[in-house]
Amino acid sequence: MMDREKLVGSVGVGEQTIRTETMEVSMGPQHPSTHGVLRVVLKVDGEWIVEADPDLGYLHRSFEKLGELRTYPQGIFLTDRWDYVSAMNNNWVYCLAVEKLLGLQVPEKAEWIRVLISEMQRIASHLVFMGTYGLDVGALTPFFYCFREREKILDLFEEICGARLTYNFYRIGGVSRDVPRGWLDKVEALCDYLIPRLDELDDLLTNNKVFLARTVGIGVIPPEMAISYGLSGPMIRGSGIPYDLRKVAPYSVYDQIEFDVVTHDGGDCWSRTWVRSQEMRQSIRIVRQCIEKLRQMPEPTFDDPYGPSTHVMAKVPPKPKPKPNDVYVAIESPRGELGVYMVSDGSEKPYRMKIRGPAFVNLSVLPAIAPGHKVADLVAIVGNVDIVMGEVDR
Amino acid sequence: MNDQELEQKIKENWGDGIVSLRPSLNGLEVRVTPNIFKEFARWLAADQEMEFNYLRCLSTVDWVQEQEIEVVYHLFSLRHRHHLVLKVRVPRKEPQLPTVSDIWATANWHEREAYDLMGVFFVGHPDLRRLFLPPGFEGHPLRKDYIHDIERFDDEFAEKIRRGEIQ
Repeated sequence: MMDREKLVGSVGVGEQTIRTETMEVSMGPQHPSTHGVLRVVLKVDGEWIVEADPDLGYLHRSFEKLGELRTYPQGIFLTDRWDYVSAMNNNWVYCLAVEKLLGLQVPEKAEWIRVLISEMQRIASHLVFMGTYGLDVGALTPFFYCFREREKILDLFEEICGARLTYNFYRIGGVSRDVPRGWLDKVEALCDYLIPRLDELDDLLTNNKVFLARTVGIGVIPPEMAISYGLSGPMIRGSGIPYDLRKVAPYSVYDQIEFDVVTHDGGDCWSRTWVRSQEMRQSIRIVRQCIEKLRQMPEPTFDDPYGPSTHVMAKVPPKPKPKPNDVYVAIESPRGELGVYMVSDGSEKPYRMKIRGPAFVNLSVLPAIAPGHKVADLVAIVGNVDIVMGEVDR
Repeated sequence: MNDQELEQKIKENWGDGIVSLRPSLNGLEVRVTPNIFKEFARWLAADQEMEFNYLRCLSTVDWVQEQEIEVVYHLFSLRHRHHLVLKVRVPRKEPQLPTVSDIWATANWHEREAYDLMGVFFVGHPDLRRLFLPPGFEGHPLRKDYIHDIERFDDEFAEKIRRGEIQ
């Protein structure tokens, strides 16, 4: 990054200077690198960005209001549509909030299935990030490789719940069905398959010389800024702060699982990409531990291919009515802290449901870091936030 | 610090203005009056032993029967690893509260969202505009008494666009 102050406002050398003016340019909502319908109103001086103001709401569907109009179990299917790249995690945080309000204990097998699925979803989501981020900065090939790998994970998801994008798999009190026989072997085979593919991806993208030139030193977020802006997930860990809810405030069975929190001190776009690429390896580590654990638990029999539901579901009334109370529940989604603040008034519908979207909060740092970069770098910065507009606008 | 120590520390330093202190599902829950709210928030962030430097979530709840709007802050300290829930209630007719976006920058967008959907005015906010809904939108849809009349909305909105009041 060059010294912008010297460049903005005048062009020329010595006494012969020409005054320049800033211009307002709208980037999006149909720009290919905005990952959906984000519009950024830019004030530019030539090629330099002076001000960047994101304009949201093009995908606003008001899930918070819709949630208030439905009973608790009916609300689950809405959650798939927040962050449609990692829908399983949305299911999870919603169910977790209702379970906390009800004081419900989830069967152990369901907990391990949830962790397993969630980590597979994290790999799938990070693969989408790596692929599309490559596209943003001009690398076309990794996209195809990433989507080929992701396809295999989606196939496995399809096998357990029949859907490929909007799963509706987690339920209040557990998961909708047990994993079928032989499914765990397929997951293990996938883990073995993925490790060399991830190394390949690193050679192709993360350590690529052109990629390094586009991302190193771009969009630097100092640690204090990351904390003040409430960043989470790879965005804060890329600034060297080990804030990971799986360790900081363990939920489910994460306290029984061994894994490392990946951090990098660089604080730039490359650090955050590297953190994501390493996190996929940690997720594979967690998946292997889950498989190990699930193999010791009762399997579905031949007559009952999805298993007796008592293994994976607690006893829940069809229309749960939690006592009046309020709770904030957050999980570590691939993008960061995904939270739900739920208030119940004793009826069968939530009185209020607020969604704390990680991409929404992470995007709020954009006006602070974009000025001083060139327009082409803004594409690298926006892509790096890993936004999913379905969850930013909600 | 654990919840008891937090409670002790708050009781020692703040007498009036604390409405209630009680345990909740997310740790200690403190309810304060709007008068001392800003000072209290600043103290929570600055005090060495408290150091709540991370605002996790800012939510609003419309308690229509009490004619009040509740603003809820979920705070976390990255150094001390303790949690706190801060609640403050403002009257529904004139919902005004000082901004905390100068303490936690993340509040900037959270407050804009709360203003947009719930109609809480955050005094001193650097840029209090609607965040999701278009600039000419009337009303605040997350309020319990909001009636969504799609035909009225469409006609008026189209008319405003025709007159050039909304870009």
